[in-house]
Amino acid sequence: MANIVLRDLRHSYMPEPKSDADWALKRLALDWADGGAYALLGPSGCGKTTLLNLISGLLTPTEGQILFDGVDVTKASPEARNIAQVFQFPVIYDTMTVYDNLAFPLRNRRVGEREVDERVREVATMLELDSMLKHRAAGLTADGKQKISLGRGLVRSDVNVIMFDEPLTVIDPHLKWVLRSKLKELHQRIRRTMIYVTHDQTEALTFANQVVVMKDGEIVQIGTPVELFERPAHTFVGHFIGSPGMNVLPCDVRGGRAIFAGEAIETANGAAHDGEGKGFELGVRPEFVSFASAGVPVDVVKVLDVGRYRIVEATHGGHTIKMLVPEDESIPQGSARLRFAPERTRIYKNGWVVA
Amino acid sequence: MGKIVNQKAWLFVLPVVALVAFNAIIPLMTVVNYSVQESFGENEFFWSGVRWFEDVLHSERFHFSLLRQCLFTGIILAIEIPLGLAIALAMPRKGPWVSVCLVLMALPLLIPWNVVGAMWNILALPDIGLLGRGLNAIGLEYNYTRQPFAAWFTIILMDVWHWTSLVVLLSYAGLVSIPEAYYQAAKIDGARQWAVFRYIQLPKLKYVLTIAILLRFMDSFMVYTEVVVLTGGGPGNATTFLSIDLVKTALGQFDLGPAAAMSLIYFLIVLLLSWLFYTLMMRNESR
Amino acid sequence: MRARSLVPAVYIVFLLLPIYWLLNMSFKTTNEILGGLTLWPHNFTLDNYRIIFTDPTWYNGYIASIEYVVINTVLSVAVALPAAYAFSRYRFLGDKHLFFWLLTNRMAPPAVFALPFYQLYSAVGLFDTPWAVALSHTLFNIPLAVWILEGFMSGVPKELDETAYVDGYSFPRFFFRIFMPTIAAGIGVACFFCFMFSWVELLLAKTLTAVAAKPIAALMTKTASTSGYQLGLLAAAGSLTLIPGAVVIYFVRNYIAKGFALGRV
Repeated sequence: MANIVLRDLRHSYMPEPKSDADWALKRLALDWADGGAYALLGPSGCGKTTLLNLISGLLTPTEGQILFDGVDVTKASPEARNIAQVFQFPVIYDTMTVYDNLAFPLRNRRVGEREVDERVREVATMLELDSMLKHRAAGLTADGKQKISLGRGLVRSDVNVIMFDEPLTVIDPHLKWVLRSKLKELHQRIRRTMIYVTHDQTEALTFANQVVVMKDGEIVQIGTPVELFERPAHTFVGHFIGSPGMNVLPCDVRGGRAIFAGEAIETANGAAHDGEGKGFELGVRPEFVSFASAGVPVDVVKVLDVGRYRIVEATHGGHTIKMLVPEDESIPQGSARLRFAPERTRIYKNGWVVA
Repeated sequence: MGKIVNQKAWLFVLPVVALVAFNAIIPLMTVVNYSVQESFGENEFFWSGVRWFEDVLHSERFHFSLLRQCLFTGIILAIEIPLGLAIALAMPRKGPWVSVCLVLMALPLLIPWNVVGAMWNILALPDIGLLGRGLNAIGLEYNYTRQPFAAWFTIILMDVWHWTSLVVLLSYAGLVSIPEAYYQAAKIDGARQWAVFRYIQLPKLKYVLTIAILLRFMDSFMVYTEVVVLTGGGPGNATTFLSIDLVKTALGQFDLGPAAAMSLIYFLIVLLLSWLFYTLMMRNESR
Repeated sequence: MRARSLVPAVYIVFLLLPIYWLLNMSFKTTNEILGGLTLWPHNFTLDNYRIIFTDPTWYNGYIASIEYVVINTVLSVAVALPAAYAFSRYRFLGDKHLFFWLLTNRMAPPAVFALPFYQLYSAVGLFDTPWAVALSHTLFNIPLAVWILEGFMSGVPKELDETAYVDGYSFPRFFFRIFMPTIAAGIGVACFFCFMFSWVELLLAKTLTAVAAKPIAALMTKTASTSGYQLGLLAAAGSLTLIPGAVVIYFVRNYIAKGFALGRV
């Protein structure tokens, strides 16, 4: 169990990084409390796997420090850090039985056979692998093998952090949900720090108490799933989270209001910018856009029925606005006017929310 | 992968079948022909049934050739496979030196076999060869043209020099295809070097090692040129293996009947053992 | 780490030693060679090489060898491509047995075929031509090429083929424009192995040629037995045979590690 602190961390895969682009991870700092469930969320290449490997010790950072419970582990090996990691595809020892796979980390550390047996059976029961203990590990399905990978991490009582690197990648879709719930359940039961890396927002938002959204080697926002959804600090977060993502429209600011399509729009953070300005952006989620008698003029272009609601696309002057309309509400044909809920609409400059 | 049933595919394989059949079936028919006939002089053939086969199978000369061959192949496999694997394991998995190493290691594989034999012939000459003179200089009495043991030592050394690289290259290719995650997991699990080898590397190398063993077995069983150029099969018969014996009988003595019978028996032995390996290999692959 | 990298280094030194010795000899006079052991040429001479480059009997030998090796490689790979495609994409009557039969030919001892080939190729009038050797080598090289190519082709998903048809490609256009570039590495590996086997094989090359198409390898053995011990000349001739091999390896150096996995690992 450990509280993890990252200080001034920067990493480059090149021996002599020169420009900004050479750094896989730009300067970042994190402070994670003990026992939480965290997610590193972001598109491919954003640096989340790099960050994970730095925390687990499979990589040594070019600059910066990593502390577990106040102890500097920056140069320590993965073994010394007492971490466990589950990889994208199941990593198991093919020639051993499930039992021996789970026992392996303990036997390497010279734990006595009686204790090994106890721990292995305990973990096997937790993961519902107890009926398979005598089987050859190679014969299990992908989700079974991932459970074994996870099991090898759980079986050690001294594990500080368990890391997951996109662990559901090779799992069948209908089993993903089962495994996800299992992981969440597991976390609530054993209360160890877990860090989950993924590019899938559903996985991140359902698993974690705190999500770290990353892009291009930088942390864009850290927050609870609700915070990320309702108060995105960056247009990227708004865009990446939610399906469909947040609407981002260019606007001007005048007198504390956003000006778009000739209409003055009330926003949650309009007061933060006084005076006038151009080159801003307006962000509002489709959930919080509705038809109204007055507001932004648009043409209704497309309607997609997804069952309990419909996704409507409306355009104004080349810009598309998406909105979610409940099942029973009527949709005007042709032209209409839209209202953006003020407390859910924000002004952004250069991607970042104006504060 | 789901394959479609399509009999027209035969058109695609026709050129291959034609060429290979031309080279395989016609000569084999000739051989079978000779093996069951006896010739006296120019064009007189008499049916002799299984006589030549019996002669060969009962001949001491054949038994000894076969024995020598099996010994040679056995020693070769016992040295080259572990050695090649060990060298592959010792090589760096990444980095600038890798391609340099691989290129240099591949060199012996592309030298014409008679040049290989000639190289070692010269190298091992007792007076003027580096190896020969060197061994004699440290007190060993070494002359491969006269001593059977020295001859065996030299041809085995030559074969190891010649072919171990094949095992190295195959094993290395297998090793670099093991995803890094396995090594990372092993580190996290606290596994030592030996455990990594036994539980991760060796199982994942089963396929390439089987190919290596199969290839080395087959090729060493058919060895001819290098040995002939080095020792000529001698001293005496000491290094006369199956191919050498066969060529002596066929082209040297023109004993068509016995040569043909021996050819068929020889071919059958190779086929049988290779078939065994092949099924082993296919069973691995279907996993 | 340090001790480990010693192993490949020692091995490579072991490999290069006989090659060095051969080169060493090629620059010595016969007198110096027979006189005793010298680690480098004390009387450096290019005479041996001069003879080879000026005497037609010698350099024709190299040309003859290159001729049949190239014919063989091109032929083997060319006919293997469609066959490998058929094995990888289709099921047809007798396909598994056919594939196995092909592989058994790779296991055929050349010694068994020496005499029959001699008779066969004399009968069809190809004796003493590069074609005889090239064709005889296809017995071993075609199965190998088919096996290698099939391995690489199986790694290409069938969706590629299907997409091409949907896009309106005719089969020949698909095969040459799309498919072959995709398996370029496999074609390279197949060519490498065909070249390798054809270049190094001696028994059949010697048996099927007499004068006109005599390959360098056969010339060397003839010289060794007839004109006494012209070791320097032999060494020079041998050294020159290293060059085509080295060139080929250099060209495929980037594929060596991957290629030896034969696309199936």
